[in-house]
Amino acid sequence: MAAFEEGETLEPIVVGPLTRSDFVRYAGASGDFNPIHHDDEFARAAGNPSVFGHGMLTAGLLARVVTRQVGRENLRRYTVRFATRVWPGDTVTCQGRITRRYDEGGETRVDGELVAVNQKGETAVSGSFTAAVPR
Amino acid sequence: MAEIDRAVIGQWGPPATMVVELGKVREFARAVQDDAADYAGGQPLAPPTFLMTIAHWIGDLGATRTGIKLDYRRLLHGEQEFEYVAPIRVGDVLTFRSRTKDVFEKQGKRGGSMLFVVGETEFRDQQGAVVAYMRNVAIETQGAVAG
Repeated sequence: MAAFEEGETLEPIVVGPLTRSDFVRYAGASGDFNPIHHDDEFARAAGNPSVFGHGMLTAGLLARVVTRQVGRENLRRYTVRFATRVWPGDTVTCQGRITRRYDEGGETRVDGELVAVNQKGETAVSGSFTAAVPR
Repeated sequence: MAEIDRAVIGQWGPPATMVVELGKVREFARAVQDDAADYAGGQPLAPPTFLMTIAHWIGDLGATRTGIKLDYRRLLHGEQEFEYVAPIRVGDVLTFRSRTKDVFEKQGKRGGSMLFVVGETEFRDQQGAVVAYMRNVAIETQGAVAG
C-alpha cells in the first residue's frame, strides 16, 4: 500500500489492448449507448476511422489507481478531462501521483494527479483526486 | 447549433429515482475492470464513476443539462467531476435532480467560438441527505448562443 506522502508515485495499471467488446460492455453497464462507441458505420459517417471508447470508460479504469490504494470509501473527489480518444487496439497505462497532504474535515487528506496515456504516450484522460488517508 | 433557454440556468429539473442494485454494480465494476474483491456480494460501495449509470433511467445524459439542446455533431465531453459527500452502497435508493449551472462562450485557439455548458446533478439518499454531486462540462464547437 502507498505511504501517501507528497510526491509519491502510485502503482500504475496497464489495460489493453482494448477491444470493441470492452466498449460494448461499458455501454451496457453504463447505459451510454451513443452509437459512436459501438457502430462503426455511424462512427465513420461522423468522420472517424472507427468506433472509439467512451471517455468515461477510460475514466473508470483510471479511478482504480486511487481506489486500490485508499479504498472507495475514502475517495472525496474525482475530476477528469478528456484529451485524445481511445481506439480499438490501444493499450492504456493509468498513472497517479500524490501532490499534497494536509488535514481537513477532521481527517488527513491527499490530493493527486492522474493520467491515462496510450501506447504512443499521448494523454487520453487526465484527472485529479482528493482522498482521505486510510486510518 | 445550440438552443438555450437562459431562464432555466440554475433551476433544478424534476427528480428521478435510482436503486443501487448489486447486479448493476458488479456489471459496472467489471466493465471498468475494477477488481476489488468486495463486489462479490453483500452491500458493496458503488464504483467511483457508477453515478454515470443514471443514463439508464433518464434515457439521455443530455437531460442533465436542463433547458439546453446542443448539436451532438459538434459536441465534446470536456470534463466530468464527482464530489463524494457520503458513501453510496448497494441497497441505497437515490433521488437525483439536475440543473444547468452555467453557460458561457470562449474563443477557441484556432478561431471560432466554443460554447461551454456546465451541468450538475445532485444525489440524495433514502434519508434525504446529499451523498454526491456529479458535474460535467460539455463543449459545443463553433456554437452560438441563441437567445
